[in-house]
Amino acid sequence: MPSDAQKMKVIVCIKQVPDTACVRIDPATNTLIREGVASIINPFDMYALETALQLRDRYEARTVAMTMGPPQAADALREALSMGIGEAVHITDRAFAGSDTWATSLVLACGIRKIGDCDLVVCGKQAADGDTAQVGPGIASHLDLPQATYVRKISGLRLEGDTRKIAVERLLEEGIERLELELPAVITVVKEIGEPRLPSLMGKMRARKQPVIVWNHDDLGLEENSVGLTGSLTRVVKIFTPPAKTGGKLLTGDPVDAVSELARVLKGLI
Amino acid sequence: MSGNVKILTDRCDGCGACLAACPFSAISIVSDRAVIDAGLCNLCNACIESCPVQAIVPATIDTVSGGLGGYKGVWVFAENKNRHIRPVVFELLGKARQLAQDLDTYVGAVLLGCEVGQLADILIKRGADRVFMLDDPALKHFIAENYTWHIANLIVKYKPEIFLAGATTCGRSLVSRIAVRVKAGLTADCTALDIDAAKKILIQTRPAFGGNVMAQIISPDHRPQMATVRHKVMPESPFDGARTGEIVNVDPGSDYSEHRVKLLDFIAGQGVGVNLSEADIVVAGGRGIGSAGNFKVVEELARLLGAAVGASRAAVDAGWMPYAHQIGQTGQTVSPKIYIACGISGQIQHLVGMQSSKVIIAINKDPSAPIFKIADYGVVGDLFEVVPMLCRKLGKTAQ
Repeated sequence: MPSDAQKMKVIVCIKQVPDTACVRIDPATNTLIREGVASIINPFDMYALETALQLRDRYEARTVAMTMGPPQAADALREALSMGIGEAVHITDRAFAGSDTWATSLVLACGIRKIGDCDLVVCGKQAADGDTAQVGPGIASHLDLPQATYVRKISGLRLEGDTRKIAVERLLEEGIERLELELPAVITVVKEIGEPRLPSLMGKMRARKQPVIVWNHDDLGLEENSVGLTGSLTRVVKIFTPPAKTGGKLLTGDPVDAVSELARVLKGLI
Repeated sequence: MSGNVKILTDRCDGCGACLAACPFSAISIVSDRAVIDAGLCNLCNACIESCPVQAIVPATIDTVSGGLGGYKGVWVFAENKNRHIRPVVFELLGKARQLAQDLDTYVGAVLLGCEVGQLADILIKRGADRVFMLDDPALKHFIAENYTWHIANLIVKYKPEIFLAGATTCGRSLVSRIAVRVKAGLTADCTALDIDAAKKILIQTRPAFGGNVMAQIISPDHRPQMATVRHKVMPESPFDGARTGEIVNVDPGSDYSEHRVKLLDFIAGQGVGVNLSEADIVVAGGRGIGSAGNFKVVEELARLLGAAVGASRAAVDAGWMPYAHQIGQTGQTVSPKIYIACGISGQIQHLVGMQSSKVIIAINKDPSAPIFKIADYGVVGDLFEVVPMLCRKLGKTAQ
């Protein structure tokens, strides 16, 4: 049995996002309707949580879920706890509002540093609302840790004294790359890592009672102007909705005619 | 807070001078190398000056402390694999030429690799004025940490005002790291790039919320202005055999090599066949395909068209296709010239991964399927009847 100090510590960074399945466009104004849209844990972050729980099951890893977000993001942490994650950290402060990926990864890096003794940071490949895939490598860069993105499998782990290494498989455009990283390290994961488990009844009961650690910018030793909108290096200057598709041509009649038409269209395009 | 520090393990000789300088006892010497305990480090940077061999450097470099004025040039990351330049690089060069013209500056290409000399010439003929080349066996394989170190050094030395990379797995992993290191704003997955004529800054347009809204983003106070660009949305720059340019051979030096990451191997293929994001045409199958064996209908059409094969989440979860083919929210985003959806109903989670395709063709037996709302051409019918018929039509003309 490894002692507590020898057990690896895994920190999962999660984000609460609007459930895109519920996002609707207002046909009159052609804008997003956000009211009444449920919030969920970013789908890729569910795979990140599952990764940590697999490491807990196999290596008795200690697990921490961390999020940066408004007060209601605590719901995402409760869900993570109910799945079996050991501890939860909520980084929340009005000063963080409007953070771009540079500022967000700085805040999360400071949170990881404050938690301490971290062996592995796990993030989802990207968030469903922003789709940037920039925060995971950003955290690694702020902490100067090695990184592996698009991880589909953890194929090995060695934790023997000073030798602490992880072997991973990355899903790239043209195949699978296998990397070995010295720990501590940052990985971002894709779906193949494993289907997220459901919360257990016990887990749900525990999650209701367990305190969530809450930190603000002071707790992280961050100046107010180094985060949020003022700490961001990018600015959104305009948001607009792309012109709605005017609806295409539906070929309904005789399939033979429809296919002839389609073949003609295709030949014109190629 | 001033920022984290980085220890260059090749330079550090374990002398211990930093131990005395650190007010927080955050540094120890392990195996003759300084190691910083991130939990104790208060980011005071006192250790940086204490090091007699300059082995401690800041993890981030504030590149614009000297003002924005000296930043010139539009740079493109020349991603290459097996001595081939990725097609997206030519798309970037085409855009970079336009931007450079608007800014009255040059186009630079950053080429890292091993025995890549002949690629530099191709980059020039495709629109680069200057190629910054690091040709070294240590750079043969893309390792994000290594590439970040060298490219950040180039940025500090040559001060480009714009830095573009393809939104590939490599490009995204790399520039996210570089942007933090050189303290530059970065916008992901852009579909349009323009210069604000008055302010001479880069306006970066990208889809958000799965393409339901578009955002225009600027990085006003930091340089370079960095962006990754989606495949297939910008035309490739033409090859011009008469073009000339300068090749800047950069010595990678021996200061730095990444010991913490080791490439074990690369297993090509895994049934992926054609690179989905680089394909001009994608033929995708969904729940309506019904079984793994039935996917041959889709594969046959893809073969005739020289297309890549995609799949909806339903088809992947059913085990009919490997995950590498999945298009949509928990898979990949593609924007080919033609997307043919066969037996895909068009759930929002699928649409966010393909709705920026130029022409969308849908084949589905349910006339009320949501896919028809975004399709340019729709065929209401049984795909097992329609697709083979289409194959015969196309096959006939191919002969």
